[in-house]
Amino acid sequence: MKVPISWLKEFVDIDIPLTDLAYKMTMAGLEVEEIRYVGLPLPAGAGKADTKISGLAWDREKIVVAAIHEVMPHPNADRLVLCKLFDGQQEHIVLTGAPNLFEYKGQGPLPKPLKVAYAKEGAQIYDGHQPGQVLVTLKRAKIRGVDSYSMACSEKELGISDEHEGVILFDDDAPVGAPLADYIGDAVLDVSLLPNMARCASILGIAREVAAILDRPLRQPRFEAVREGPPFEATIEITNPELNPRFVLGLIRDVHIGPSPYRVQLRLKLAGMRPINNVVDATNYVMLEIGEPLHAFDYDVLARRAGGKPVKIITRTAKKGEKLTTLDDVERALDESTVLVCDTAGALSIAGVMGGRESEVSATTRNILLEGAAWNFINIRKTARAQNLPSEASYRFSRGVHPAMAERGLLAGLERMRQWAGGTVAANLVDAYPLPPKDPVIELSAADVERWLGIPIPIEEIRRCLERLEFACQPLGGDRLRVTTPDHRLDIGEGVTGVADLIEEVARIYGYDRIPETRMADRLPPQLGNPTLEKEERVRDLLVVQGLQEIISYRLTTPEREARRLRPDSPPDDQPYLRLVNPISTDKVVLRHSVLASVLEAAERNARVRERLALFEIGPIFLASEDPSGLPDERQRLAIVLVGPRALPTWQPADSAPLDFYDLKGILTALCDGLRLPEIACEPAEHPTFHPGKCARLTSRGETLGVFGELHPLVRDRYDWPAAYARLPILAADLDLDLILARIPALYPVAPVPEYPPVLEDLAVVVDEDLPAGRVAELIRQTGGKVVAEVRLFDVYRGEQIGAGKKSLAYRITYQAPDKTLSDRDVAGIRTRIVRRLEQELGATLRA
Amino acid sequence: MLDKLKEIETTALAALEKVQDESALEAWRVTYLGRSSALMNLFGALGALSKEERPRLGQAANQVKKALEAAFADRAAALKAAALQRSLAGERLDVTLPGRPLPRGRLHPDTQTLREIYRVFGEMGFQVYRAREVETDEYNYQLLNFPIGHPARDMQDTYFLEAEGRGDNPLLLRTHTSPGQIRSMREFSAMNPADPPPVRIILPGMCYRYEQVTTRHETQFDQVEGLAVGPGITFSDLKGTLADFARRMFGQSVRTRFRASHFPFTEPSAEFDVECFLCGGTGCGVCKGAGWLEIGGCGMVHPVVLQNGGYDPARYTGFAFGLGPQRIAMLRHRIEDIRYFWQNDLRFLEQF
Repeated sequence: MKVPISWLKEFVDIDIPLTDLAYKMTMAGLEVEEIRYVGLPLPAGAGKADTKISGLAWDREKIVVAAIHEVMPHPNADRLVLCKLFDGQQEHIVLTGAPNLFEYKGQGPLPKPLKVAYAKEGAQIYDGHQPGQVLVTLKRAKIRGVDSYSMACSEKELGISDEHEGVILFDDDAPVGAPLADYIGDAVLDVSLLPNMARCASILGIAREVAAILDRPLRQPRFEAVREGPPFEATIEITNPELNPRFVLGLIRDVHIGPSPYRVQLRLKLAGMRPINNVVDATNYVMLEIGEPLHAFDYDVLARRAGGKPVKIITRTAKKGEKLTTLDDVERALDESTVLVCDTAGALSIAGVMGGRESEVSATTRNILLEGAAWNFINIRKTARAQNLPSEASYRFSRGVHPAMAERGLLAGLERMRQWAGGTVAANLVDAYPLPPKDPVIELSAADVERWLGIPIPIEEIRRCLERLEFACQPLGGDRLRVTTPDHRLDIGEGVTGVADLIEEVARIYGYDRIPETRMADRLPPQLGNPTLEKEERVRDLLVVQGLQEIISYRLTTPEREARRLRPDSPPDDQPYLRLVNPISTDKVVLRHSVLASVLEAAERNARVRERLALFEIGPIFLASEDPSGLPDERQRLAIVLVGPRALPTWQPADSAPLDFYDLKGILTALCDGLRLPEIACEPAEHPTFHPGKCARLTSRGETLGVFGELHPLVRDRYDWPAAYARLPILAADLDLDLILARIPALYPVAPVPEYPPVLEDLAVVVDEDLPAGRVAELIRQTGGKVVAEVRLFDVYRGEQIGAGKKSLAYRITYQAPDKTLSDRDVAGIRTRIVRRLEQELGATLRA
Repeated sequence: MLDKLKEIETTALAALEKVQDESALEAWRVTYLGRSSALMNLFGALGALSKEERPRLGQAANQVKKALEAAFADRAAALKAAALQRSLAGERLDVTLPGRPLPRGRLHPDTQTLREIYRVFGEMGFQVYRAREVETDEYNYQLLNFPIGHPARDMQDTYFLEAEGRGDNPLLLRTHTSPGQIRSMREFSAMNPADPPPVRIILPGMCYRYEQVTTRHETQFDQVEGLAVGPGITFSDLKGTLADFARRMFGQSVRTRFRASHFPFTEPSAEFDVECFLCGGTGCGVCKGAGWLEIGGCGMVHPVVLQNGGYDPARYTGFAFGLGPQRIAMLRHRIEDIRYFWQNDLRFLEQF
């Protein structure tokens, strides 16, 4: 909403600097995004401010109103003229190429001088010939043999608009010699309106708030028209009052369509609208001034369509397949929720959104039937969206305009037309008002206000705050008020909502900054914590300490992107995806099924900038569920990707062998260990992501927590890896985090520190190549019982000495008893049992 | 005999002067203090002396012995010190060579920011409550006092999900964490519907808006919402809580302010600004000359929302606020481009 300050001042006195006004408005919810100065001096030393400051000040001495008394041809140039101009002090000859002066060329002294904006030598204005706003200072020069040192200005040169087709021609009453800044200098506040502030979508609405904020009286406008013409006859039929609570018609006869006075045009331009003609400008002016959009029909067109009978207006929703050509010359297909203003011959306009072409006001229109109406804002919003017709009118109607404004706007519009276009207003209005809104009446107490705001405000002060916004307050005794909502706003509710609405108004006008800062004195809620989150954070920490980098990806992807995580020859992911109805880009159309797919993509991208990657992500996947709510399952997953040398080369020798399956297994083991997950084991597994021989299932007490391993070569090939990665295995893990977290024990016991020394012994056995090493260790532990405190595999050997198809596994076993120092005999006994079972059950032989 | 002693001492000390290493020192000790040294022999000869002479000479011999032993100890210490000095001089490292790198893992900056937020609010009694990302229109909008077709919905462009036959209650990606307000209040009030317990939670999580991605706007972003409901929660408590938060996050001297605003699910509503901690409020590029930074929206929970959560607005009041962890991280680290967060470029992530 653009608010010229001169217009605002018609309703409220403003005696503080505009930047202060902007600050106070912003604090009260009317955010002033920018102040654009049009002629008035800009604030000195703007410094810090919430509001952007822009614009051009007009030098009071050098830019003045002047009168052109004669327009003469240029002796040497057809496209230029010379103007005899009086600036209030002296006469000048001013050279210009403005096309709108050519019609006066060679007419001799003009009977009615032309009033223009005159910039003298040394004045600063914008260059009219360059795009944008480039400041220039007027200097003396010779143009085609004629001295030039000053000029008559266009709007562009003064920073009023982009218009540079001709010089500004003021109204006849413009005071010659007056500083231009005094005559039309202005500043425009650009106010961003919150959705509940539809009432402020007008100068009057803003003025009312400003008056309340500054505690100044509001000059109430008078909504009347001089109505001296004979009455007219018309009928109105409203088929659905819910959609059209009120419809009012007025008539003005014998108007003369032409341009509006310049100052009217200027206001429209400063407020962001384009002047059209005096009748259309009157409707727009009233809409901007008081917030009621009006619609002007060519009355004679309607009378002709009525075939001699009185005009009958019908409002109804569109019929199936109905079409209307709107005044932008577009034939529009209408859906059945669109409300139309019709007459007996058919549709005339889309209610509240756009007029129809046929009944549009034209240059030859003489008689105007003017509509002021109220519409259902939700319906208008829907239509404006469906037709993609955002307009100043639909902006207001789609946020809600009180039906009381219909008649007020209509009268104001008729009066403006009478003033600017001549004509006679018919004595009567035709008003159909089937559904007047109930303006909410709310009981409010000072106790309510204190309970919400935390500060006692005397009831008298509460009352003053509300009355400044035109709420009618009736004291009910004690600290209570009965508050009636004024009939220009629709944002106040009934009951508890109404109370909250009023408290907000009190707080805004009282001032948020006057409400103190306190610490909650309320009882604390039950301390439940968030065990799941706490465990999840432990997982993150356990991975980070092992050198992994956390990433967080977009959850939106495509099935094709995710399919890359699977072997091309494997059955596709057949779970249905959750798909966006309205995707914004082609690479984000579904919610992901796989966090691993996200991490693999991140690895692929980072492979170009890093030699070694160790990444993990924790986050949800989205799977359709059978839940009656229709909501999907959002399961938390953990995915890891590792690739690269174990250590990057440095100036010292380092283990630069590629990370392999066992590095990943080590990380997962440490993770499970850190989480105290019970009975962790790995078994060979098959999975369409992984190498068939290098893939394992991670289990806890036999339940699968996820899979990990080396990427299948065919999966690996679906990603684009740099050449340096060619020989590096890509390792990945895809785990069900919900299952993992659920298995973390709340508490775990710790064994006492041993008081007796351990006995360490190495044991090497030769077994078949196919025997999983895990079984050997398991059997050692099982047989040794509690006395075997640790079994550590420290060597795996294959070679001639032990024969083909065999491998040697060497373990360091720690024997430890809690209650005594173990003797050689104790240890020998246990070892003998271990060896015997290894021999008998696994076919192992003791390696000499 | 005294002369003899004198001579031994002089000779020995002179010899000691020449000793330069440990083995020479040992040889010296054997020669001059050893069992068969001249001095020891002299001690042996003491017995042959007269009773009168014995103590005097014995004392003199002992003095010489002590002197030699002390000289020996000094010499030994000096040699040891010299040897240490030599060995240290030979062991000089180039301290500018790089240290042996250990792979260092890092938390995503968003996680780091979230943890700080959890901690600060945790100390004020707020517990973390997480809720789902796919929501229904009912929870994301209707129960939060955004009626169907209401213009306030224009503030949030929504991603809808394909789902059959849901009418006015389509599935969508939550546009804010606020549906968690309803979910949490319903969960808490169900514990004791007649007298629901107070609520004091923060709701972190990913949200989505149907928006073109730019350096300032993301289609996926995260929020931390706060909610306090109880019999005596006030707007002044909201101001105090957020001011405390701002001082913890941005510095004890930072000033805060509330600007009137509008959200359908709070009333009164406010935007919450902190004084720019980069320029101290004088105006800079980060605050765009305003001297203030927008941190989030907040307000008193709307009575309709309290009711929808199972809390009687006649008995309970509440406040709610929403913060952007990414925005906070961007301000604190002067990150210019919000797209860095989920693009996972290690050149960005490894800086945290």
